[in-house]
Amino acid sequence: MSIRGKAHIAGAFEHPCRLALGKTTPELHAEVARGALADAGLGMADVDGFFCGGDAPGLGGVDMAEYLGLKLKHIDSTETGGSSYINHVNHAAQAIAAGHCHVALITLAGRLVADMKEGLAPPSYWPDDTPGRGFETPYRATTVAMYAMAARRHMHEYGTTGEQLAWIKVAASHHAQHNEFAKLRKVVTVEEVIASPMVADPLHRLDCCVMTDGGGALVLVSAEVARSLERTTVTVLGAGETVKHLDGGRVDLTFTGARVSGPAAFAEAGVAPSDIQYASVYDSFTITVLQTLEDLGFCEKGEGGRFVADGNLISGVGALPLNTDGGGLCNNHPANRGGITKVVEAVRQIRGEAHPEVQVPGCTLALAHATGGSLGSRMGSATVILGSADA
Amino acid sequence: MTGISGAHRVSAHSGHELIVTAETRPFFEAAARGVLLLGHCADCGSFHYYPRPFCPHCFSDSVDMREAGGWGTIYSFSVVRNVETPYCVAYVALDEGMTLLTNIVRCDIEALGIGQSVRLVTDPDAGDVALPLFTRAGRPG
Repeated sequence: MSIRGKAHIAGAFEHPCRLALGKTTPELHAEVARGALADAGLGMADVDGFFCGGDAPGLGGVDMAEYLGLKLKHIDSTETGGSSYINHVNHAAQAIAAGHCHVALITLAGRLVADMKEGLAPPSYWPDDTPGRGFETPYRATTVAMYAMAARRHMHEYGTTGEQLAWIKVAASHHAQHNEFAKLRKVVTVEEVIASPMVADPLHRLDCCVMTDGGGALVLVSAEVARSLERTTVTVLGAGETVKHLDGGRVDLTFTGARVSGPAAFAEAGVAPSDIQYASVYDSFTITVLQTLEDLGFCEKGEGGRFVADGNLISGVGALPLNTDGGGLCNNHPANRGGITKVVEAVRQIRGEAHPEVQVPGCTLALAHATGGSLGSRMGSATVILGSADA
Repeated sequence: MTGISGAHRVSAHSGHELIVTAETRPFFEAAARGVLLLGHCADCGSFHYYPRPFCPHCFSDSVDMREAGGWGTIYSFSVVRNVETPYCVAYVALDEGMTLLTNIVRCDIEALGIGQSVRLVTDPDAGDVALPLFTRAGRPG
């Protein structure tokens, strides 16, 4: 069964806050739910499917369902880190296509920065009995160091340079200057990225995403519900997902799970990378974008460095406008999970509601991709292809 | 020693804090003796890392642990610099074909490069359990 054309995004909302002092995580979930439902022209009583990831406190989605007052026919708490929410779009479309629910709510929210300011411990997703943990944690392999090793290996095999990676941050900053909510709005140069402090070589501070609070939410509906709404909806055309890991020691850090999720999504949608007018690609680090673009087929493997350079990702300048909200690198990365903001900006682009300075003219076909976990070890990868209602 | 669900934190003399379970204890005890153990499958003949009670390549449970030669080359590495004392995290490709995460220690971490030869080293202050660590070394002969 294909999900092509079976489900429609009717509501999309990104929380405007970047620091959530004084608010709890469940409260933030409720706020983004309210925002996305208002955007769709629906109410909480209309929701019969609920999707959340590990950022939602409690037993899967059970405690949140009670808190929000939901009456559900479908529940899915798939947890793959930052890619969870694109898994949720895929699974919500499947559930809607199967008739298991008609109005699906997806929420993400967090307050990691507020927690740090208040001296509170952040949530941990990896207890000590997580398989493999004893073979990694004691080596003090930080998140940045793990991504850095993927970057260095890619540089070694394909000649990718730090300057090419820096172009990804430069493009994000060009977009973020127009986003009044973005955490970092200053336009930066390749030289400034290279001159920023080395965190874990070869990745500099400006190769890393921001840390923010807040979140986002999406509302997916059936065709029948979509027809009853005044709001412009966006059609789910195809999706794919996988987990890529260290394969029992057969390690290759030069590719991502997008190698699997991308082709599956393109096949279901019946389109090719060259058809895509706008892309949201998870940008936890600059290298995340570069490897993912190759694996999605926007360029040949190893050509990512040349593809992203010289402004090719800047809207109105390059061939592939990418992360026009400023992405995780400049705008927002709530709860250290970028998946939902990727879909929100793709929805804005197809609705023609992105900032006028970054709006892709006549955008009818967009892609959103997210990575959860680490390029340096194991990751969830999820891709969705979205089109205008008449696409 | 603290822990949950059968996993225990053990402070080693090197300053590393190990996470040890009943499943992984033999591996870390061997490392304290200077021995690196790899999982090996009797059915498909493959090595695997980290060791587990079955083969992740074919899911056979006919597995045991075999001693690795202790030699490899740097597959990739990063020096963590946003700390008081920078240190090197690396993936080392072993001669046996498996690649493992480790630290490169007791050598100039500013002079490392992909493809350099490294060998297993033992923490001289290791207690009952230790982490396998690597250092730069030229091949004998």
